[in-house]
Amino acid sequence: MNVMNPDLAAPATDAGPQLTARDFTTDQEVRWCPGCGDYAILKAVRGVLAEAGRRPDDVVFISGIGCAARFPYYLASYGFHTIHGRAPAVATGVKMANPDLDVWVVGGDGDFLSIGGNHLMHALRRNVDLNLIMPNNAVYGLTKGQYSPASATGMRSPSSPGGSVEAPVNAALLALGAGARFIARSADTLQDHLPGVLKAAQAHRGASFVEILQNCVVFNDGAFEAVRDKGLTADRTLRLEHGQPMIFGKDRDKGIAIDWQTGTARVVPVGDGGPVYDVTVHDQTNLALATILARMDAPDLPLALGVLYHAPADDFTAQRADAPGRVIDRATLAGLLAAGKTWTVGEAAAGTQT
Amino acid sequence: MLDQPIALESSDSGHSESGPSQGPAVVRFAGDSGDGIQTLGSEFTKSSALSGHGFMTFPDFPAEIRAPAGTTFGVSAFQIQIGGDRVKTHGDTVDVLVALNPAALKTNLAALRPGGLLIADRDAFAKRGLEKAGYAANPLEDGSLDGYRLEAIEISRLTREAALPQGVTKKEAETARNFWALGLVYWMFSQDRAPTAAWLTSKFAKRPEIAAANTAALDAGHTYGDVTDMAPPPRLRAVTPSSPRPGTYRTLTGIDGMVLGLAAASALSGLRLHYCSYPITPASAILHGLAKLGGEGVATFQAEDEIAAATAAIGASFAGGLGVTGTSGPGMALKAEALGLATAAELPLIVIDVQRAGPSTGMPTKVEQADLNLALHGRHGEAPLPVFAAAGPGDSFDTVIEAARTAVTYMTPVIVLSDAYTANAAEPWRLPDVATLAGIAVDRDIDADGFHPFRRDPESLARPWAVPGMTGLAHRLGGIERSSGSGHISYDPDNHQEMTDLRAAKLDRIRAALPPAKVSTGTDAGRVLALGWGSTQGALKTAVEDLAAEGHAVGHLHLRHLSPLPRGLAEIFALYDEVVVAELNSGQLRTHLQGLFPQVSFRGLTKVTGQPFTVAEIDAALREDLS
Repeated sequence: MNVMNPDLAAPATDAGPQLTARDFTTDQEVRWCPGCGDYAILKAVRGVLAEAGRRPDDVVFISGIGCAARFPYYLASYGFHTIHGRAPAVATGVKMANPDLDVWVVGGDGDFLSIGGNHLMHALRRNVDLNLIMPNNAVYGLTKGQYSPASATGMRSPSSPGGSVEAPVNAALLALGAGARFIARSADTLQDHLPGVLKAAQAHRGASFVEILQNCVVFNDGAFEAVRDKGLTADRTLRLEHGQPMIFGKDRDKGIAIDWQTGTARVVPVGDGGPVYDVTVHDQTNLALATILARMDAPDLPLALGVLYHAPADDFTAQRADAPGRVIDRATLAGLLAAGKTWTVGEAAAGTQT
Repeated sequence: MLDQPIALESSDSGHSESGPSQGPAVVRFAGDSGDGIQTLGSEFTKSSALSGHGFMTFPDFPAEIRAPAGTTFGVSAFQIQIGGDRVKTHGDTVDVLVALNPAALKTNLAALRPGGLLIADRDAFAKRGLEKAGYAANPLEDGSLDGYRLEAIEISRLTREAALPQGVTKKEAETARNFWALGLVYWMFSQDRAPTAAWLTSKFAKRPEIAAANTAALDAGHTYGDVTDMAPPPRLRAVTPSSPRPGTYRTLTGIDGMVLGLAAASALSGLRLHYCSYPITPASAILHGLAKLGGEGVATFQAEDEIAAATAAIGASFAGGLGVTGTSGPGMALKAEALGLATAAELPLIVIDVQRAGPSTGMPTKVEQADLNLALHGRHGEAPLPVFAAAGPGDSFDTVIEAARTAVTYMTPVIVLSDAYTANAAEPWRLPDVATLAGIAVDRDIDADGFHPFRRDPESLARPWAVPGMTGLAHRLGGIERSSGSGHISYDPDNHQEMTDLRAAKLDRIRAALPPAKVSTGTDAGRVLALGWGSTQGALKTAVEDLAAEGHAVGHLHLRHLSPLPRGLAEIFALYDEVVVAELNSGQLRTHLQGLFPQVSFRGLTKVTGQPFTVAEIDAALREDLS
């Protein structure tokens, strides 16, 4: 059966503490490759949904095509597995028709950055109240391993046997350019980090864009090892906290200092317990800082994780000039039909002619 | 000065008139796109309507937004046929042509019938204007117009003299010359100037001197006809008002019909309308019309592209709204994959295609009915869906409501075909009584107990329309083949056969509920059946009426439902020796029908010039078969 939650026969309220991840779990067998990073993402999403406390009946997952696009089948909410790249547009329509729903859009780097790049851009700039999560494995998995727009230059794949000559797109930077008001980054295995990011994305009213670095164990294994590996991640990534100095490293001995004149970041040593005066404090409302953070990468700089940018503004529903929820009634219709110039023909003859 | 009698000919050459003092008249206004020709046309239409005339109008404007003034490709024209009830087209040939500059004369003279009245602004036929239009000599003086009744009038000078005392500049005074010409034509047809004067007053409320200047020009043109005793063509003077059904009327274009039909579908169903579209000629006007109704309960969405327009509409339907997308040819091609999704997910969706000449960009403002194959077959896999066609402005209103009813009742996307002719043509339209319009039933009373998203209504084969937010009905839809009933992903061979059969059977259920096919005009059996669809209706009906009146055994059947086809066609076809399928493409419906009815003798009457059929063309083709 398609209705998955017999124990929800008595509907949960939005107060919701009684919900658990299991309440968002379908009886469908999850069919990703063993070891796929999507399992961990799914787990984090279910947990966040339970914590957020919206009734499964008010939650909608929309996806396009790709491995990540299987998400809706595994979540006991409303769901729509649509066509390649178009999920943000479908979700925009859903949100127009019912702004009260908690709408999530899941698409991989192929779905969101390639065939659907246009729709992602416009959902972000319109600030449609969607939680757009993008598992980025930097490869086309479902079509068996071709390079994607996020793949590193030089990647050898069935469609680039000599190595890809294309430069990869920086998703966070793209989102910033599109005018997104919430941009975050995490990774599949970082279960001490990913749920917090997803929770913040869900809470943000407007378009939330979350890039989740995800390991494709079959076609691009190890692509993000420095980020995901417990031994490496502390030195190779920077976990952002709004209002906190940007400090990282296994021993918390490195900081990021921004040179505002050149718009660049550099790593500075952080004294043992001493002042951290030249370490920049993260301000998630600062667009210039977000732009610098989005570009930070190996080998010289750590990859920034967490909320890079969060500057709320009116969402699409609030901006729209139409009367939400209103439906034309017959009286209004009659008025519309008779608007403008009309003339009446009586029983006897046509109208007058002078 | 204008005393010689005009040669009396039928405005629709090639078919008879019921009497010399009867019959419709065709007037064409032409000038530069900056001359206010469309305004002039709409004012003349309004006045004609208020005088009780039946009419059909058609604007003919350039695709270029601001073409260089005075050039032939910057010419804007407006044609109207007025007269009795029989007016069903904008007229084959023109009785009165108003040409405000040489370029307008050059591009429109061919439409004027021999002996027809030509009114030209003599002042505009100076050296520069003639050169721009490519005239080596002044046609008003070189005898080349001897076959017409020429009235070369100093319209610019006379307008200036009338308008300047109203306190406007010389330039402002001269721009009023379109109203001078309108005043003259009003005089010829004994029409009332008051509605136009009132419109000018309100249009230029903030510049009363402009309103006064234009009104003065209007009056001066009218007076000119009077004082020069300009004998109007006798037949035109005798054009009789129609005697339509009692009721309240308005002017309706095909675009108006779509806009109001969609608004009506929303009101009749109680579903909020979500019109998602990407600007494209000529469909954009639907988006413009609906965008004005934001405060009334209509949601419009200008999407980032055609695909987003279609998929956002699908999303709106998934979430319980009435999702509609509208486009023209190239956009239709882009929506193909989304239509497959809507068919697979079994969601209601209305897709309006205002067809234009193709392929590719083609001729965006010109009419063609060449998207039929795309509408019928243009999806990958087997994805049958209903395809309806609107036969004219008023029929657009009815057709789009029927499309909405079908989409919601059967949970299916429905394509509605219009075209560039119907979209812009205008006709008088009797307002329906809104209270008596049948409602569109939406069944949201779904029992969560035993709910399955693909458990069907045994009658309609529709699946339940459970929407996000409804308690206990959470389910997943998708493009992947789904198990009949549960909707779970299924690659089972037998299930795919069953689902394919069910999608096809849905169309059979729709067919069973359609009214059977009917011959609407002419004889019920005989030599020739003229079969058409869409905007060719007016020309076909007029031609067949005339031929039948002459005693020919000819009938006319017009199809709104192209998929599924209505019942009874085979029986009707059997009653005629031949079926002539008339369409503005190279024979798409004929080919389709020949495959379905191999025993019938079909002949194609086709035209792909970007122009609608004339009555004369249809008349001639049918006579060939009747002789």
